[in-house]
Amino acid sequence: MPEVDVRLDRVTKDFGETVAVDDVSLDIPEGEFFSLLGPSGCGKTTTLRMIGGFEEPTRGTIYLKGRDVTDLPPYKRDVNTVFQSYALFPHLNVYENIAFGLRRRKVPKDEIDQRVKEVMKLVDLVGFEKRRPSQMSGGQQQRVALARALVNRPKVLLLDEPLGALDLKLRKQMQLELKRIQSEVGITFIYVTHDQEEAMTMSDRLAVMRAGKIEQIGPPEEVYENPQTEFVASFLGASNLLEGELKESANGVATVLAIGGTVVHLPAERAPFRVGTRVKVGVRPEKVHIAVDDGTEPPPGFNSVTGILRMSTYIGVSHQYKVEGPGGHTLTVWVQNLGDTPPPHPGDRVRLAWRWEHTFAVLPQEGLVLEEEE
Amino acid sequence: MATGTEERVSAAPARRGAYARHRRTVPYWLTAPAGLYLLVFLVLPMVILVYTSLQSGGLFGGLRFSWAWENYTDGILQYKTQFLRSIVISGIVTVACLLLAYPMTYWIAFYGQRWKSSILLLILVPFFVSFVIRTVQWRFMLGDNGLIFGPLKSLGLLPQGFRVLATPFAVVAGITYNYLPFTALPLYVALERIDKSLVEAAKDLYASKWQAFRRVVWPLSLPGVFAAFLLTFVPATGDYVNAAVLGGPGTRMIGNIIQETFLHSVNYPLAAALSVVLMVAMLILASIYARVLGTEDETLTAAI
Ligand SMILES: Nc1ncnc2c1ncn2[C@@H]1O[C@H](COP(=O)(O)OP(=O)(O)OP(=O)(O)O)[C@@H](O)[C@H]1O
Ligand SMILES: [Mg+2]
Repeated sequence: MPEVDVRLDRVTKDFGETVAVDDVSLDIPEGEFFSLLGPSGCGKTTTLRMIGGFEEPTRGTIYLKGRDVTDLPPYKRDVNTVFQSYALFPHLNVYENIAFGLRRRKVPKDEIDQRVKEVMKLVDLVGFEKRRPSQMSGGQQQRVALARALVNRPKVLLLDEPLGALDLKLRKQMQLELKRIQSEVGITFIYVTHDQEEAMTMSDRLAVMRAGKIEQIGPPEEVYENPQTEFVASFLGASNLLEGELKESANGVATVLAIGGTVVHLPAERAPFRVGTRVKVGVRPEKVHIAVDDGTEPPPGFNSVTGILRMSTYIGVSHQYKVEGPGGHTLTVWVQNLGDTPPPHPGDRVRLAWRWEHTFAVLPQEGLVLEEEE
Repeated sequence: MATGTEERVSAAPARRGAYARHRRTVPYWLTAPAGLYLLVFLVLPMVILVYTSLQSGGLFGGLRFSWAWENYTDGILQYKTQFLRSIVISGIVTVACLLLAYPMTYWIAFYGQRWKSSILLLILVPFFVSFVIRTVQWRFMLGDNGLIFGPLKSLGLLPQGFRVLATPFAVVAGITYNYLPFTALPLYVALERIDKSLVEAAKDLYASKWQAFRRVVWPLSLPGVFAAFLLTFVPATGDYVNAAVLGGPGTRMIGNIIQETFLHSVNYPLAAALSVVLMVAMLILASIYARVLGTEDETLTAAI
């Protein structure tokens, strides 16, 4: 078990009436790439700013390497930040921007020079020493911001949507760069983003936040495959959710009766609720098999529903189908275009099937409004 | 260049060529009103001023242009005390204004939040009253037995002989008061423009509050300081109202001399020569100052 680098213990932050961060507890081990993911206004930036020392928690304690830093000002914390807007000093050239932190710490001149050169190589900026930030592209400025933080060799690096201002292509490229740099320097990264794909591809673990609370923490696969709340199921990737009631939980298998009469089975540990509880059972669109309904029952260990195919969209590598299932549920299915079976056509009666283990159950949440993901 | 363009459009009807030429000249035409304004209200008076300053003769004999450089030598020799005094007083005033306005505007820009403009307006409120009236009010307030000192003296808190009026202090205070908005506005604009996240970035990079100011806010506000300096120092040096209303015989500034020479002695050439000297002195001082500040900005980037 590696040492815990950052610990938040029941941290709350109020801004007047607004509760920006609500009783959040977190343990982030050394060297981890940890992401805070959530929609706009959910409190990601506020959480990060409290770790950086720019906001004081209303309640709760923050530890860095086991030391209580809750009341320490930013310049006394062994943490550096890459700001969303980069916040590069416009009156200093790239070299001086990067050297800023070392100069404040009175590091000897030749060591500064050596460390700045080293980090400029790391972020691929050699030759830009004399440029002013205003004379650089967005991606280059982003690298300066990163270098300016990394050169101090902090224990923890905080990044607030560092790629938010870049176009998609550059963003993908910088994601890989960031990942490479993180594994090279081996320090803890706490990464804020509202882009779920970015969070999933980059993180060792991620936390999904909503309205100031953490809804789920875990490795991306775990959070994706087994979402614990309806919000997580819909925010992180897409989900088909069927409303129903937990009827039985025995011999490791839970049984849910969904509206419309569909019976859905899933591993019992994935539905740790009392029998009789109203739940939503879900499955990811890519886990579902689709075939024209010819009356054959699916093999054992599969859940299945029948419905009418309403829409078929060709997306190159895959097809997306919208199926009207029982109980007025619309289900989405993604099928890779292997090209070995003719695709069903709109209007066809189709059978959908997926494995019990690919099914999850969550409690219904009131007032969930989800924007269409990008 | 012009022929190249012509050739390229030659296939099109001649009107296109005319249009292209027209388009190229439009920007110059747009500057015409400003150019005309500058010519009529700046260049022309300047020429007349210099021309007048080199004339000789008197009101009765008539003025003649005679390259009368002695207007300059006489003027400088005769009034060097007032010249020096003006520059010293104005220097003190400018420093006082900067010292007062910088913390004030810094506070408004960084902590004013949504009251920023209201607070700024408060600073400008005195501007809505005539300059002269305001200064005269000060005369009443600072009078030997005026609003402030009268009661204090009758209470025995101040000696009867105590006075502020007619001292250099009164003049400095008056000019400082009157020119403070000229200092505050450019400072505010410069400070307000500074991205507040830069201060956070500095603190994140181990700068204390003071270092964040010294290394980030201060250098970024220098253009504002320079503008504030010019807008305060230059007019304050030529100011004569404060010295006339609040000062005494020992505090006369070059502005007072020019005014008297012009209106009372009616010695136009001498007044003009003094004005030119003042103007040139200001230009020289301002450019020296700009140099110092400019290099300061550069050296900041180097290690300290
Ligand atoms: N200084 C502040 N004063 C008052 N309210 C604030 C302040 N900072 C943040 N808030 C509020 O706290 C909540 C959380 O804000 P926060 O900036 O942490 O969101 P976020 O998750 O970073 O969102 P985004 O993805 O849009 O950056 C929001 O409702 C916001 O309006
Ligand atoms: Mg944010």
